[in-house]
Amino acid sequence: MGVGIEVSNLNAWYGTNHTLQDINLHIPANHATALIGPSGCGKSTFVRCLNRMHETNPIARVTGTVLIGGLDIYNDAKPVEIRRRVGMVFQRPNPFPTMSIYDNVAAGLKLNGYTHRRALDEIVEKSLKNSALWDEVKDDLKKKSGASLSGGQQQRLCIARALAVDPEVLLMDEPASALDPVSTSKIEDLIFQLKSQYTIVIVTHNMQQAARVAEKTGFFLNGRMVEFDSTHKIFTNPSDKRTEDYITGRFG
Amino acid sequence: MTRIRFQQSLEDLKEQLLVMAGLAEQAIQRAIEAYRVRDLSICDLVSRSEIAINRLEREIDQAALDLLAMEQPMASDLRFILSVIKINADLERVGDSAKAISDRVRAMEQMAAADLPVDIPRMATLAAEMVRKCLQSFIEADADMARSVLAMDDAVDAMNKAAYKALTKVMEEQSHLAPQALNALMISRALERVADHATNIAEDVVFWVQGADVRHHKSVTGGRDPHALA
Repeated sequence: MGVGIEVSNLNAWYGTNHTLQDINLHIPANHATALIGPSGCGKSTFVRCLNRMHETNPIARVTGTVLIGGLDIYNDAKPVEIRRRVGMVFQRPNPFPTMSIYDNVAAGLKLNGYTHRRALDEIVEKSLKNSALWDEVKDDLKKKSGASLSGGQQQRLCIARALAVDPEVLLMDEPASALDPVSTSKIEDLIFQLKSQYTIVIVTHNMQQAARVAEKTGFFLNGRMVEFDSTHKIFTNPSDKRTEDYITGRFG
Repeated sequence: MTRIRFQQSLEDLKEQLLVMAGLAEQAIQRAIEAYRVRDLSICDLVSRSEIAINRLEREIDQAALDLLAMEQPMASDLRFILSVIKINADLERVGDSAKAISDRVRAMEQMAAADLPVDIPRMATLAAEMVRKCLQSFIEADADMARSVLAMDDAVDAMNKAAYKALTKVMEEQSHLAPQALNALMISRALERVADHATNIAEDVVFWVQGADVRHHKSVTGGRDPHALA
């Protein structure tokens, strides 16, 4: 099951660039939360702070508190453990090109020392079913490589890979921006299904996509979170004029 | 500013609706004038304007549909386009009501003049004022002005009820005046409908400007929401 995320006084820097400033919000469990805003506003940095990927950059720095399911991820847990609990899907599908479809999904488990063959088979099948890819690849699991799939299938394969390690939170950084409309639609349907089991945070430039898949939406601007509210409110009658101006295309 | 072409399209849509509003307002004023002076040539003008109103209704709906399909508007832009679609339909019906009144004027012209216990001109003045005011609130994006229109509807409703009562009595007691009374009743009803359309338009202006849904408060609370009239 998904867990809630509590963010308090979060600040992030790249060198001297203060990219996130005093972010406070509650991301509800088992919901999809969309983050929108113009390029460079800090939304991707924000999600990278939720699984401690931001700090992998040597000039990056973070202060503040992030509680995931009550666990203080910066003070009470190691990055590796956090990244198991918090899966991430990126803009461009990045399957391991030489590995089979099966090995792509099982990679995270094997990396964690998981070797039980039958259990692995079951997890791979379950993950591919949960990512709505099973029916399309079940006959070629070990014959075809991840790279042989279409872009949309590759992205769903990456989602299956993220799900295989049984995370509680799934971060998606523009997961459909490189996909055609049909593949995009499949990813959106998938997000809709997955939120019953996981807490989903999705960064997107596609506001219609945010409106379709998310119950909550946050608008970022210049490293600050300007407004966080129900998606319905944000897209029909936002409280802040800057949100209104951005979503109506008056700037951005 | 970005999306300049889209913003220009919204301005164009507003212009089109204002043309439509001008025609509808003119039609109702002409119909009232036709009743007042019993001039059938004015009735002809009302009939002609109805054709133009119907054509514009289709054009505005098409333009709004195109913007919804092509531009995926959000927030106040989305509310604006939805309001335009609904106001457009109400204006077309104001045109229909004007035509209905002018048809009754034509019918009454064939009948002997009768002194009926109904103040159609006063009711018409109030209904026309509601139309003028709701359209002004649209032009100025003024939600307060729009809300003030909502309060006026009760007065027109009361006048229509009083007209119904008085004219029914005429029909019962002076049957030779029944045709004239029936026509006057239909005009009263048409004016009451005009006031209802003005109310709908005012509600749509409030929705566009403030995002607030002020419809049907009367039926829920037994009276208008006091906040809706604030």
